[in-house]
Amino acid sequence: MNTGTVSDNVVEMRAISKSFNGVNVLNEVDFEVKKGEVHALAGGNGAGKSTLMKILQGVYQADGGEILIDGKPVRINSIQDAKTAGIGMVFQEFSLVPSLSVAQNIFLAAEPLGRAGLIDDRGAVRRAKEIFADMEVKVDPRAQVSRLGTAYWQLTEIAKALSQNAQVLIMDEPTASLAKHETEALFDLIERLKKRGISIIYISHRMDEVYRIADRITILRDGRRLLTEPLTNVTPEQIVEGIVGKKIEGQLAYRERSRTGEEGAPLLQVRGLNAGPRVRDVSFTLRAGEILGLAGLMGSGRTELARVLFGIDRAVSGEITLRGKKINISTPRQAIAAGLALIPEDRRAQGLVLEHSVRDNLLLPLLGTIEKGPLLDVSAGKTLSSSLIKKFAVKVAHPNRPVRLLSGGNQQKVVLAKWLGTDPDVLILDEPTAGVDIGTKSEILDMIRDLASAGKAVIVISSEYPELLAVSDRVLVLKDGSVIRDMPRSEIADEESLQLAVQGV
Amino acid sequence: MSKTSAIGTGDVTASHNNFGGVLRELDWRRYVIYIGFVVVFIFFAVLLRDEGFLSANNLLNIFRQTATITVIAVGMTYVIACAEIDLSVGSTAGLSSVAAAMAISHWGLVPGVLAGLAVGVVVGAVNGSLVSLLGIPSFLVTLGMLGIAAGAAQWITASAPQPILDDTFNTIFGSGNLGPIPGLVLWSAVAVVIGAIVLSRTKFGRQVLATGGNRTAADFTGINTKRIKFQVLLISGVVASIAGMLYAGRLQSGRFQWGTGDELSAIAAVILGGTSLFGGSGTVIGTLFGSLLIGLINNGLILAGLDSSQQQVVRGCIIILAVALARKK
Repeated sequence: MNTGTVSDNVVEMRAISKSFNGVNVLNEVDFEVKKGEVHALAGGNGAGKSTLMKILQGVYQADGGEILIDGKPVRINSIQDAKTAGIGMVFQEFSLVPSLSVAQNIFLAAEPLGRAGLIDDRGAVRRAKEIFADMEVKVDPRAQVSRLGTAYWQLTEIAKALSQNAQVLIMDEPTASLAKHETEALFDLIERLKKRGISIIYISHRMDEVYRIADRITILRDGRRLLTEPLTNVTPEQIVEGIVGKKIEGQLAYRERSRTGEEGAPLLQVRGLNAGPRVRDVSFTLRAGEILGLAGLMGSGRTELARVLFGIDRAVSGEITLRGKKINISTPRQAIAAGLALIPEDRRAQGLVLEHSVRDNLLLPLLGTIEKGPLLDVSAGKTLSSSLIKKFAVKVAHPNRPVRLLSGGNQQKVVLAKWLGTDPDVLILDEPTAGVDIGTKSEILDMIRDLASAGKAVIVISSEYPELLAVSDRVLVLKDGSVIRDMPRSEIADEESLQLAVQGV
Repeated sequence: MSKTSAIGTGDVTASHNNFGGVLRELDWRRYVIYIGFVVVFIFFAVLLRDEGFLSANNLLNIFRQTATITVIAVGMTYVIACAEIDLSVGSTAGLSSVAAAMAISHWGLVPGVLAGLAVGVVVGAVNGSLVSLLGIPSFLVTLGMLGIAAGAAQWITASAPQPILDDTFNTIFGSGNLGPIPGLVLWSAVAVVIGAIVLSRTKFGRQVLATGGNRTAADFTGINTKRIKFQVLLISGVVASIAGMLYAGRLQSGRFQWGTGDELSAIAAVILGGTSLFGGSGTVIGTLFGSLLIGLINNGLILAGLDSSQQQVVRGCIIILAVALARKK
């Protein structure tokens, strides 16, 4: 160890290892943050960023390695330990109580007490005012949090961390839900915090932001540290290459299909679709047999576009035509009747009734087809569900078992099977392989290819570029709700060029 | 819809060396109501053998006394399985009994029955509209409706009982018998059979369970969950109004007090019967046994000579115990 630098490292994580169920998630990772620096932490899905940060916050305990704060070894076994050590977190999904005021949230479970041991509300408001004054931002500590915009939620989170004397703030995609001027204000705040000697660990996929405010970057890949460098020493291309890696290319190679989209007839046409800030003037054409990938950063409007197409959210303006006929979709029922299907982003919350059996879940959109008079034909239902289970290779001991007992991959197959049972013409898949093991993942990708080969039009939304490139015939890149690029697969050389396109470089 | 059939069909690799695992999978909690029913029955049969508990007359009495609660509870099963609640059923029954009685004395039998049903339709439709269209929690809507219906019934009758002199009405609704079977028992049997079949064997029933189990997923699947919520509350209102007419027929009068407090007995019967208070699962047969168990306990405690205050305490304890045993870990 270089003893000379120990003193400027406010956080030093040494040789941190962690495994879950025998799978190594972190492998002797070193990570240091200097006092008063903004340190970017980057890596793909499953690289280990969030696990590393959860160890620092006391959510998980490392299997091996040690953590030093201000050069002194500490044990962080709980979130409370982390707070005591001066680690503060600005949560991506904000952890505030919406019904309480800003000041009440800041001092939640650490309320200043006045005489007689009662909570000193005025003192809390006064101290909150002081903290906001130090941050040089204007927030009314008495305001109820639910009435404030997300930017204020974030400021409240930061104030909460500062009230606990945090020396290090972890920010996970802090700009994801901010408007442009709010992002600017956040960056100004970060600069001021830096000057006060507070360090910031900044997790973001947005390269422009990282270059804008970070001093150094650490890239993790497959649970190891790839590099830590000042940003002046690395190019965006090097970072992208470092994040993406080259490991799974063989498995996820793009395959020419016999029928590519070019020859197919236009099936779905979208013209000038508008719906709120996340869907702005979107137009595209989808042909039978074509797989269209939607790429973009978090908050770029991919999911929102899917929701509008499927009638969950309403379009403000624009026109959707299916097989040349203008259609009106304002509810999922209309979308289903028109021949659309949506495999939603969150299968547990949106795709499945977890407590119900695999069979009941599969049959839910198909109940109309197994009616015999007023009653359901139970044996037809059994036959139909069994054939779907077989066709989609769902691994389940018995169709009567609750779907919640299945693995993520098998649950996802149930969602797919449920929808493909309706024989849709246009299939929209939102993050179809999220949280799915690699084996099931390639099965699902094969299913997507087969569907397109069978003449269906498919839209795939994915944050994983290798996956998008493996199946898409064409990729639309979205940013702030608008289509910024429409790229045929042949024009995308590799993941790096897609990553750069998404960054808008 | 879903019987646990883990034995024989379970994952062989996972459980052939783990018999305990198979036993654990056989989720006995689902059957607590049946087990409880049998245990309580045997307990009273032994303890009260000299008080005539097992006599055919007494057993039939239990059925007769629980009939109106059973009818209301069938509707309540739909509401709770759909993750809503209906607190207005008791006072709806009261208002319906009054409306039917008054209409009979003015216009005769058929308008009387229609008036009783109309109460249920109006109350159910108002509850359903407020819940599904305006998104007001059903707890609040139906709590308000409880007061409105009870107050209206008392108001239009000036608190006076409304005698029913129409023998046909009284015979059909509760006073008559079909052979050896009391009409009331027949009514509850019809409600249970239709309720059980619709919930487990029709598209509507499945959609009710799906809406209660995960409303977002149901919406994403194209189910009109607003309509389903409206429909279950409408059913509950109509069923409660039928129960009100059963009170009227049995007691040969309409009275604003009929049905008071029945919402709590019906909810207890539904939850005892294994329907999840959070929605998504429910069986009407379970509800029937829940209702019978409550009737059994009431009857046994009376025969055992407990006064009504003691009955309430013991009944409360048994209900808490049964629900505690039936809950998921």
